Amino acid sequence: MATSQANQLYGLVAEFHDAEELIHAAEKAKAAGYEEIRAYTPYRIEALSKVLGHRENLLPWLVYFAIFVGIVAGFVMQYWSDVINYPINVAGRPLNSWPSFIIIMFELAILFSAVTAFGGMMVRNGFPVPYHPIFNTPDFDLSSGTRFYLCIKVTDRQFHLQRTREFLQTLNPKAVNEAKA
Amino acid sequence: MLSDDIRDPAIRTGTPSTRPGWLTPSWVMDRVGELVLTSKTPLWWWVCLALSFAMLGAFGFILTNIVQQGVGLWAFNIPVIWGVDITNFVFWIGIGHAGTLISAVLLLFRQTWRTSLSRFAESMTLFALAVAGLFPIFHLGRPWLALWLVPYPNTLGLNPQWRSPLVWDVFAISTYLLVSAPFWYMALLPDMAAMRDKAKNPVVRGAFAALCLGWRGDHSHWERYHTASFLLAAIGTPLVISVHSIVGLDFAVSIISGWHQTVFPPYFVAGAVFSGLAMVLVMAVPLRSAFKLQSLITMDHLENAAKLMLVTGLLVGYGYLMEAFAPYYAGHKEEVALFNDRVAGFYAPYFWSMVVANVAFSQLLWFRPVRRNPVLLVLISLVILVGMWLERFVIIVTSLYAHRLTSMWNPSVPGVWDIATIFAPFGLFLTLMFLFIRLLPLLPIHEVQEVIAEGHD
Repeated sequence: MATSQANQLYGLVAEFHDAEELIHAAEKAKAAGYEEIRAYTPYRIEALSKVLGHRENLLPWLVYFAIFVGIVAGFVMQYWSDVINYPINVAGRPLNSWPSFIIIMFELAILFSAVTAFGGMMVRNGFPVPYHPIFNTPDFDLSSGTRFYLCIKVTDRQFHLQRTREFLQTLNPKAVNEAKA
Repeated sequence: MLSDDIRDPAIRTGTPSTRPGWLTPSWVMDRVGELVLTSKTPLWWWVCLALSFAMLGAFGFILTNIVQQGVGLWAFNIPVIWGVDITNFVFWIGIGHAGTLISAVLLLFRQTWRTSLSRFAESMTLFALAVAGLFPIFHLGRPWLALWLVPYPNTLGLNPQWRSPLVWDVFAISTYLLVSAPFWYMALLPDMAAMRDKAKNPVVRGAFAALCLGWRGDHSHWERYHTASFLLAAIGTPLVISVHSIVGLDFAVSIISGWHQTVFPPYFVAGAVFSGLAMVLVMAVPLRSAFKLQSLITMDHLENAAKLMLVTGLLVGYGYLMEAFAPYYAGHKEEVALFNDRVAGFYAPYFWSMVVANVAFSQLLWFRPVRRNPVLLVLISLVILVGMWLERFVIIVTSLYAHRLTSMWNPSVPGVWDIATIFAPFGLFLTLMFLFIRLLPLLPIHEVQEVIAEGHD
């Protein structure tokens, strides 16, 4: 399957000028048994994630965990400071005056979870990534707002330069291009 | 292309749809992208930037003098420990709240009309926070010691006083900044990637390529982006309520007459959103005309913002009523005396200007022709901004000057330095704002495109 020519490729990229066409193409590619499919769009297309079956499940759990860590860290910091490190009697109030600790615990929960949501998105998307082979695709352009790309990667078990190209042509794209690796 | 939207009768008269039907994703991209990438910078932009920058210089001059000569330059002195600087702080924090409301709260409620205003309002949040944060620091008189408010291991063995609302403030406001900034930047990634692809100038292209961190529109990236923005919105909603509540607690937790009231936190939040929306309108209306964006920021967007302003204005009015009710109901001599002094004493003109500006003027928004008149909206918003500044001034100064020792009474009015301190911060805010509107996409292009493509509205 993997010819020497295909080794220098990232994938074959079909270009569409309509979001509906891209969704249909993705459905057909799925049906044809391709697995290593990437779609590139200028804006989010909700239907596409259903077709290509990508859901982000980990991030919410990481954020819940961060909320918990933030609450605990906030309490531990204040308890340690007021009760262990520097106990001082302020107007006879208990050293562990937890009601007044709540606000900073809350703020730290917010801070930790927001940093996790943003950082998790960045890390799991692999950003920053200065180079990616898809940019080698001729006419790869997010800025028209009307170009949609479907890429079948060479790493797909079914990938065959000729046959895959013919398959992509049947999807009625505007062009089929090679993305050099 | 530029004049398309002006000719469209639907936009001039403002038909009920939020966006005209002929809008397409590619039109939005071209229209917003061209504002950033054009090599022809409009003259008005240079003039506005120059004026803002001059004001920023004045602000720097004021702050330098405050540090050099001390906070005594401001006319307010003991017992009025908080003068225009803290008034400004509360005012500017409030301005930021509309941005988070539009970007986070309305996202959770799936209000798609928010997309046109969200980038703009979020930027306002960040810049308003940048301004607000300066005041408590310079208020210290020795701003270089501000880091003592932050818990860090130090040779003094010093920890912050965790029971103090002023320490809560440090945490609330730094959290607010650290949450708003990534939220804002994340939404910029896809737009900056589009600008990278669109730019012809290699320097501009390189800059956007670096800033967009390699965004390539991958479908799984979009899903993670979407999840992350919902999570950030869900996090940002309680945050935005907490921030001004905590600013309210700065007052309510103390036992100063006129401050020690349970209504303060929610009433502060409502006031914050109220003034923030006023600032959004003051900025958005001239900008949409200057950039001819009437088809993207439509009359309906302005009207929706005006409706929110009316609601929050009513809440503020309710807050005023409760402020009047509480002292009489509780029957504390000092509280009643203070309230009477507020409405009929030395600062009565400030108090009544505040009531007229915030409560009376916002009632005009009940009328649809007013809500759909951009010029009137800007004028009302300006009045409300003045009113909201006065509100904070009245709360702070009237409660402090009437010390329980009458020999300490010290009614003073803002002096030259105070008045300069009120206006000069706009220099920092507007400089950042004008740089933003020229250098970055003014609207979240990809969000507007998604809304158009899905045929919402």
